[in-house]
Amino acid sequence: MAEALHALRCYGHIVRMWIRAALAYPASFWMTMLGNLGASGMDFVIIIVMFLHTHALGGWSLPQVAFLYGTSGLTLGLADLFVGSLDQLGVRVREGSVDTILVRPVPALAQLAGDRFALRRIGRVAQSGAVLVWSLVQLDLAWTPLKALVFVSLLLSGTLIFGSVFVGGSAFHFFMADAAEVQNSFTYGGATMLQYPPTIYARDIVRGTVFGVPLAFVNWLPALYLLGRNDPLGLPSWFRFASPVAALLCVAAAGLLWRTGVRSYRSTGS
Amino acid sequence: MYAAVCLRSFRRYSTYRAATGARVFTNTVFGFILSYTYLALWQVRPHLGGYDLSAALTYVWIGQGLLSVLAINDLGALSDLQTRIANGDVAVDLFRPVDQQRWWLAVDAGRAGYQLLTNALVPMLVGGLFFHLRLPQGTAAATVATWAATAVALLLALLVSYAMRHLIALTGFWLLDLRGVQLVYYLVSCFFSGFFLPITTFPPLLEAVARALPFVAVFQVPADVFLQRYDATGTLAALGVQVAWAVVLLGLGRLVQSRAVLKVVVQGG
Repeated sequence: MAEALHALRCYGHIVRMWIRAALAYPASFWMTMLGNLGASGMDFVIIIVMFLHTHALGGWSLPQVAFLYGTSGLTLGLADLFVGSLDQLGVRVREGSVDTILVRPVPALAQLAGDRFALRRIGRVAQSGAVLVWSLVQLDLAWTPLKALVFVSLLLSGTLIFGSVFVGGSAFHFFMADAAEVQNSFTYGGATMLQYPPTIYARDIVRGTVFGVPLAFVNWLPALYLLGRNDPLGLPSWFRFASPVAALLCVAAAGLLWRTGVRSYRSTGS
Repeated sequence: MYAAVCLRSFRRYSTYRAATGARVFTNTVFGFILSYTYLALWQVRPHLGGYDLSAALTYVWIGQGLLSVLAINDLGALSDLQTRIANGDVAVDLFRPVDQQRWWLAVDAGRAGYQLLTNALVPMLVGGLFFHLRLPQGTAAATVATWAATAVALLLALLVSYAMRHLIALTGFWLLDLRGVQLVYYLVSCFFSGFFLPITTFPPLLEAVARALPFVAVFQVPADVFLQRYDATGTLAALGVQVAWAVVLLGLGRLVQSRAVLKVVVQGG
């Protein structure tokens, strides 16, 4: 426990340092942040153009799809903000600069996750959050305490699941630094997939997101409960509440992968 | 000499096998995701934007295939030029008795050639296995003509794309941090080239804007030529638009380049 607190405190120090560094060039910071905001907004413009031609996509209305879009973008955005820097690990492995990190008395994960912390990534969080708020206003859900709980757990579990994919995926940089881009398929690709209703995909693909890389637990399954929709796979209804369990399993798996990765690190020696 | 540069660049890119594999995998995954969204939309609106379902799905996979080849959302080989401008190595390049714009075009062409054989071919084959895609149809002569026109349209698209990316890289002579400019460029390029959705599905005003911009010449024109959306004169007109943009943008690139060179100050030591 004390170790975890120490790691968190160090992570906090590194993050604060990079934020100060980023704000030293305010013009550049605001431009890149707005760029991030626009980049993530582009996906929503596409969805709006699609809805100019139809009232429903896979049987889901625009506010419902916007709910999926907002939750997917918000959770990915938060995970990307906190641990997204890990995707530079491949470059460090190639340069051999991971050596310096491993000899410091701070956990490697805390150092690498905080390394070049990019506050500009908050652009995606802000944009997705705005769409989510809009969708909630439009949907006018009949809130109950249980629904509120499921909603909060969706945001937390979703962030943890995406964060685990970032950490677990970056562990592969230790083995194959060049193939690092594969991870994007699961993070950014996964988030794009979750922006649309599960009903539009082939059943086997949806099954893969429940039992394989458990992205369905990020927003699809809780959304079925919150929006009162039928499950295209016909899974037992407790699956809709199982996101926190899935998130914990993901975190455990990511931790295991990360440890294996660090142990198998061979320095380039340069 | 430029041919030799092009060949070396082709070889250089072909050494990054793992990275290529990763790229191909990612493009294929996105191809699937986009295909299902198109399927959902085209099931409701079967002839949206003038494409039938099969043409629309082919459009998706052409997009995933050409994303890297035409460098729609990255700088391609010009990221090297940008790095060299940022760290000052460009001064060495300027000593060389070559034309900078042609040199980098040769490097970029080598890159595109390699990616055409890998990043374009593999996702399209995978897409063809899982979805019913549309290949050029009609008489033998018409089919051959379409393939030939597609090849020409692709070459011109690469020229237009190169000219724009060259301009973006050159802004590095004036700006210290290019990330913002690049991000905005990628967004505009992906959206207005019709990469996400064909511009014929845009609302009229947005479609008019897209038609007036050069990005259409990078992606939608070659895709439409391949999908036989034009008759013979239409094809020639579309290729003509591409040529016009290539000439204008390459000319602009020369102008900016000659100005930029004046900015270079070589520090001694």
